[in-house]
Amino acid sequence: MKGVYSWGRLALEPHRVIDLHDPAELAAQLEHNRPGIAYGLGRSYGDACLAPGDTLWRTPGLGRLIAFDAQTGVLHCEAGVTLREIQRLFMPRGWMLPVTPGTQWVTVGGAIANDVHGKNHHRFGSFGDHVRALRLLRTDGQQIECGPRQEPGWFAATLGGIGLTGLIVSASLQLRRIDSPWLTVQTLPYASLEEFFALSDASEMDWEHTVSWIDCFSRGGRGIFMRANPAPAGLAAPAPGREKRVPWTPPLSLVNRWSLPAFNLAYYALQRRHVGRERQVAHEPFSCPLDQVQEWNRLYGPHGFYQYQSVVPRRDAQAALAAMLDAIARSGEGSFLAVLKTFGERRSLGMLGFPQPGVTLALDFPNRGARTHRLFASLDAIVREAGGKLYLAKDARMPRALFEAGYPELNGFQSWRDHGMRSSMSRRLMGD
Amino acid sequence: MKHIVIVGATSAIAEQCARLWLVQEPARLVLLARDAGRVARLATDLRVRHPQAAIETVAADFDDAQAIAAQVAAIVAHAPVDIVLIAHGWLPDQTGCQQDIACCRQALLINGVSPLLYAEAFAQHMERAGHGRLALIGSVAGDRGRKSNYIYGAAKGMVARYAEGLQHRFAASGVRVVLVKPGPTATPMTAHMPGQGSMASAAEVALRIVRGVERGQAVVYAPPRWRVIMWVIRHLPAVVFNRLDI
Ligand SMILES: Cc1cc2nc3c(=O)[nH]c(=O)nc-3n(C[C@H](O)[C@H](O)[C@H](O)COP(=O)(O)OP(=O)(O)OC[C@H]3O[C@@H](n4cnc5c(N)ncnc54)[C@H](O)[C@@H]3O)c2cc1C
Ligand SMILES: NC(=O)c1ccc[n+]([C@@H]2O[C@H](COP(=O)([O-])OP(=O)(O)OC[C@H]3O[C@@H](n4cnc5c(N)ncnc54)[C@H](OP(=O)(O)O)[C@@H]3O)[C@@H](O)[C@H]2O)c1
Repeated sequence: MKGVYSWGRLALEPHRVIDLHDPAELAAQLEHNRPGIAYGLGRSYGDACLAPGDTLWRTPGLGRLIAFDAQTGVLHCEAGVTLREIQRLFMPRGWMLPVTPGTQWVTVGGAIANDVHGKNHHRFGSFGDHVRALRLLRTDGQQIECGPRQEPGWFAATLGGIGLTGLIVSASLQLRRIDSPWLTVQTLPYASLEEFFALSDASEMDWEHTVSWIDCFSRGGRGIFMRANPAPAGLAAPAPGREKRVPWTPPLSLVNRWSLPAFNLAYYALQRRHVGRERQVAHEPFSCPLDQVQEWNRLYGPHGFYQYQSVVPRRDAQAALAAMLDAIARSGEGSFLAVLKTFGERRSLGMLGFPQPGVTLALDFPNRGARTHRLFASLDAIVREAGGKLYLAKDARMPRALFEAGYPELNGFQSWRDHGMRSSMSRRLMGD
Repeated sequence: MKHIVIVGATSAIAEQCARLWLVQEPARLVLLARDAGRVARLATDLRVRHPQAAIETVAADFDDAQAIAAQVAAIVAHAPVDIVLIAHGWLPDQTGCQQDIACCRQALLINGVSPLLYAEAFAQHMERAGHGRLALIGSVAGDRGRKSNYIYGAAKGMVARYAEGLQHRFAASGVRVVLVKPGPTATPMTAHMPGQGSMASAAEVALRIVRGVERGQAVVYAPPRWRVIMWVIRHLPAVVFNRLDI
């Protein structure tokens, strides 16, 4: 038994860890060690990838590429390949993944199992919209090939299915052509939620990527809006950035009530410098700014942290966001990484997928026990009232009622489950 | 194109070396391993990563001297070799070896004799060509015998002594012999051991190997801190050393 964390580092609990390497041995490794759950790179914040007392099948050893068609751009690879590797290998060849989340330290299997989204959702949908096919292996040895057209039921259950339908062994991904690894970026400040919505609406037609950072300590909702488009060909290849690492876990969270206002002020001031001029930024630092510091999650100290990511339908979004910001301000808690973004019209193809039309807000909070949970309870009420839901990739604590309200396809999903697969999350939210 | 041969190519460390070499330039790469299926899967991956590289596979018997000589002759018949990496190895259970000398024999064969036979076969050809880099993976375990793994350690020590001799033999020629001594590394070989989380990664060790080969370094510790640690261990007096539970 080995102690394993997820990204939020909330608890180090023992698991029977099995590293998967050889596709020929998978069936036996699953059958003889169930129940348990697949673990990619553990970039989920909560308990989707944990199963204390049970098995964790670690997948990064399933890291081989199988085929690439340079005519169509379809890449067939094993599920443990990381998005970072794919980007680094194929961008110089003029291809890239159409959708990447805020970190590239994610496996293909993990990206499918959470149907992850990026800053270009309004244009490209989510990760699953570019998966042509995948191979699923059940813990009883059954193998299933599925995709949006072949066995669509299996596909819809597995996409966003947080590992509960079986092990994803390999997948075929449609890459997109690019002329340049650079983006042209504009940075615009906004002073209120109205301004944020106006900027979003004005940008979605003409800009591929949009995202914003909102300062939770400003009552009105001031923030920084960024939008980006692919840059024209002709610029030299970007030099890979130097990676730094947080070397150890401080005894208490460095992100706290005293440091947060200063962080936010500093970040705002730094970003303000870019206002009013267009910059060329490479894809990697634009999409995944945090990847430049390894293990930054340690900064939250020994008790770890939560991310709270919601999506609410556009209709009542402004009121709901204002209410959430207000609840945070009143609670005396705060968040540094508050990311606010609109989703486009494409709903996730996955039964339990997250992306749906609306506005998504992601907030990080140091774990301060009951206080933090009190804040979450008030945020939950707002999300529920607005007809929204929380993202499973980030969740470690939502009440079952909120889950059931936000994920109406849950009942249909249950019949596709592999009963050799279970996680803390499935036990918490589905009873097993 | 550079001509690179990897013996025991399915090793996690060797695979990372292959990736690094192909990122540098599209080489001609020959992969030898005992398992045809595994090496085929590896070759496919490398071909997708680097379509310009020329990759061949050989499934081979690793403890048959005649077969080894024939494999090596067939490889060098194509073209002289620039780099050979001999990577295969097996970490046996020490107590198992103590109870069963057949296990001992297998450990000595696969970690000691077999790599030497490959090296010797390639050395002949490199000597004739007056050119080439020959890297062998030993281990820090070969630096001093310890009760927890001295059978494996003895075989690795043999590789070290052998490399030393070969370096002596080729001192005045263009051939370079590189002995690599990895510390504990997170690979399938150590998957059953506690504390794999704090071990070096195969990629990190591979980077040291590729650099060491480029420079023709005689002994490469990977990561380098093991040079210091092993210096201390080698110099501990027996009265102290024998009390340690290592
Ligand atoms: C800094 C940071 C930024 C992020 N930004 C975004 C973002 O912008 N958008 C977004 O959508 N997400 C984002 N995420 C979340 C992240 O993309 C997801 O949690 C992703 O699923 C993590 O992938 P992983 O490989 O680490 O999988 P894990 O976290 O290890 O596992 C995730 C789930 O996938 C399952 N799984 C993994 N591999 C397999 C497999 N082979 N077969 C079946 N099931 C499998 C696991 O069981 C688990 O349920 C971010 C995370 C971090 C740390
Ligand atoms: N990992 C460490 O901590 C560590 C430390 C010091 C030194 N080393 C050395 O580094 C080298 C590479 O090891 P690794 O860590 O990369 O381990 P690995 O991934 O387990 O690779 C071991 C390799 O040896 C091959 N092999 C094992 N037994 C064999 C046999 N009987 N006949 C033929 N081939 C056999 C394996 O082939 P299959 O794929 O067919 O099994 C595989 O290619 C080895 O020489 C090892 O001793 C490792």
